[in-house]
Amino acid sequence: MSDTDVQRRQFLKTSVGAAAVAIAPGMLLFDMAHGKSEPVSSKVRWGMLIDTAKCATGCDDCVQACNKENGLSGGLSPTDSQWMRRVDLRDMRNGRELSLPMMCQHCAEPPCADVCPTGASFKRADGIVLVDKHICIGCRYCMMACPYKARSFVHEPLHDQKPDVPRGKGTVESCTMCVHRVDKGQQPACAEACPNKSILFGNLNDPESEISKKIRTVASTQIRADLGLNTGIRYQGI
Amino acid sequence: MLLVLIPAQAATESYGMPKLDIGKGGHCVADPQWMRVNHMKVLFQQRDETVRLGIRDGKYSLKNCVECHASLRDNSVIGRADSFCEGCHRYEAVRIDCFECHSSKRSSALAQQESK
Amino acid sequence: MAGHSPLQFKNRFFYALLAAGGAVVLAGLYAAHMMEEHGHIITGMNNQIVWGLPHVFAIFMIVAASGVLNVASIGSVFGKAVYKTRAPLASLLSIALLAGGLMVLMLDLGRPERVIIAATYYNPTSVFAWNVLLYSGMFAAVAIYLWTMMEQRMNPWSKPVGFVVFAWRFILTTGTGLIFAFLVARQAYGSALLPPMFIVISFAWGMAVFHVVQSAIYAWNGKAHTPEIVKRMKNLLGLFIIGALYLVAAYHLTNLYFARQTGFEHFILVDGGIYPQLFWWGYVVLGNLLPLALIINPGSDKTKSVIAASLLVILGGFALLYVFIIGGQAYPLDIFPGYEVKSSFGDGQIGLYQPSLPEFLLGCGGLGIAFLITMVSIRVLNFIPYDKPYIAGHRASD
Repeated sequence: MSDTDVQRRQFLKTSVGAAAVAIAPGMLLFDMAHGKSEPVSSKVRWGMLIDTAKCATGCDDCVQACNKENGLSGGLSPTDSQWMRRVDLRDMRNGRELSLPMMCQHCAEPPCADVCPTGASFKRADGIVLVDKHICIGCRYCMMACPYKARSFVHEPLHDQKPDVPRGKGTVESCTMCVHRVDKGQQPACAEACPNKSILFGNLNDPESEISKKIRTVASTQIRADLGLNTGIRYQGI
Repeated sequence: MLLVLIPAQAATESYGMPKLDIGKGGHCVADPQWMRVNHMKVLFQQRDETVRLGIRDGKYSLKNCVECHASLRDNSVIGRADSFCEGCHRYEAVRIDCFECHSSKRSSALAQQESK
Repeated sequence: MAGHSPLQFKNRFFYALLAAGGAVVLAGLYAAHMMEEHGHIITGMNNQIVWGLPHVFAIFMIVAASGVLNVASIGSVFGKAVYKTRAPLASLLSIALLAGGLMVLMLDLGRPERVIIAATYYNPTSVFAWNVLLYSGMFAAVAIYLWTMMEQRMNPWSKPVGFVVFAWRFILTTGTGLIFAFLVARQAYGSALLPPMFIVISFAWGMAVFHVVQSAIYAWNGKAHTPEIVKRMKNLLGLFIIGALYLVAAYHLTNLYFARQTGFEHFILVDGGIYPQLFWWGYVVLGNLLPLALIINPGSDKTKSVIAASLLVILGGFALLYVFIIGGQAYPLDIFPGYEVKSSFGDGQIGLYQPSLPEFLLGCGGLGIAFLITMVSIRVLNFIPYDKPYIAGHRASD
């Protein structure tokens, strides 16, 4: 082989090698985005830490964001669905006032999942408590069982649902921790919308995540901790 | 069984099956005749994978079906007599349960509308 | 009615009753259809009061269905002849009431067309799922029990099958109580007292329903009550009423003993508006004290007094269930103990509920189904109790 040929061969090898190195990560990412992904696992436990001190009185940006993201009507009549609500509290012992956002607490031992006759109310492996509306028969037993009044029943036919958030008449629904966003690597809409960054979302099972570090350093409580449900949503300042 | 042997086009014409507005058309994720027979099974499996296991990007995601097959006129798979899902389901008198909860509209069109 | 033979009149009357019952059932089915079409927005139920009037009707019927079998059990299990002849009618009533109650529950579901999913997807930790098995098993067990009683060759088996039915209905009524007992977060429920309370209440309601039905059958078939038998059954009813009242009192007193529950008890017993009214006047006075007075001192027309007492017990039962089911939900959850709360979703507020016409029609539809099943079965098969004539001065021997 002549020198030119050898050089040509070298050049071709190098360029193919370089091209492969350049394209390979892209292909890998492409696979992750468009190939069949892995099922969620319990190695991750999604949770939130809410700093009630940063929750401004009268502000309900998180509720509005939740309504917009999930296609809720935003109505406040007793038959309208409210996945999230702002609760105003006043400590009866000393008169201290505070506000906090209240939604499904995504318990590790969810009473709603225990009582559901069909298993439609369930806890996903990564800790998000959901309603599988395909098998929900609308008996509302989970609504009776929830200690946090987190669930709503859809009382009328719905139209114009968001494509990522199916909802329908005759089934029960509640905060999904924006599971459609979480599965894409995004944050729940409420956490993103809070102007004071009082909702911190993250992986409770990862000791290096921001939420785990904060929970190790500041005092936080679970609402109705006495029930022993091990909620995924924790609160600072109550 | 017989339908499998007859080419799909001939079947549509000879059995008087409804003409459908197939939206964007082109290549379906699977053979149309196979889809006619099996779409319910794949949807049942897909829904459990998505809801219970969080697998959202399988070949048979309902959102993707609607994305392609929604009519280009009204962006929906139901509502008209020749809408992609409605046409055959009306002909076969099988009630569609999916769109009581799921959006029947093409999601890219809705996203465009929102960004306007 | 002169000119028509008594038999023709009886025939016409039967068909008239059948038509009336059928109309009630149709009204109930129409209400269910409207609910399925338009959603629960047409009812009074909402996100605070999720179970309403249909559940009051349904749970009354289911509890009475279990209790009415007492009459049969006293015959088969405890061997009293007077009750033995009444066992087939009691079993029929049990099936009829269970069918009516379950029909109301299934039609009230948000997705009633998916009710079969309760059998195909099964969550073993759910009391509702257990009830699917318990209730269907109950139908089967009582049907077999009826067969052992009505098929002469199977008569020797009626005692063992009677035992099975006796045990099964205790488990079933325990299951009904557990529906509420397992709701630990609600102050109105979450108590181990509820299953026994429901069991003893079932005795009282079952006896009352049996007596009303038996009296109607006797009246419409020209039979006369035997005073001895009326006396025994009325005394038993009185005993059951006292037992039920005792357990309801125990339930409330237990609640009052917990400091954090006093708010709820105050609401139900004193200042909750309709709920204390229904509890004291509807349940305690009309449903317990007045019937007991009529039972202890029936006056001149004993038969009429006992029928009146039974009807009052039934009325009291509905009142109690309204207070228990709806009042129990109206009181807000105590999510933040020690704090006063306010929100857009009813936190800290008493839930408002107005019973609506579709709910009432659906509930009555269930009663109508029970009525039709009973009526048609009595016409077709031999359910009417036949008592051996009493010899004056002697007690009925076994």
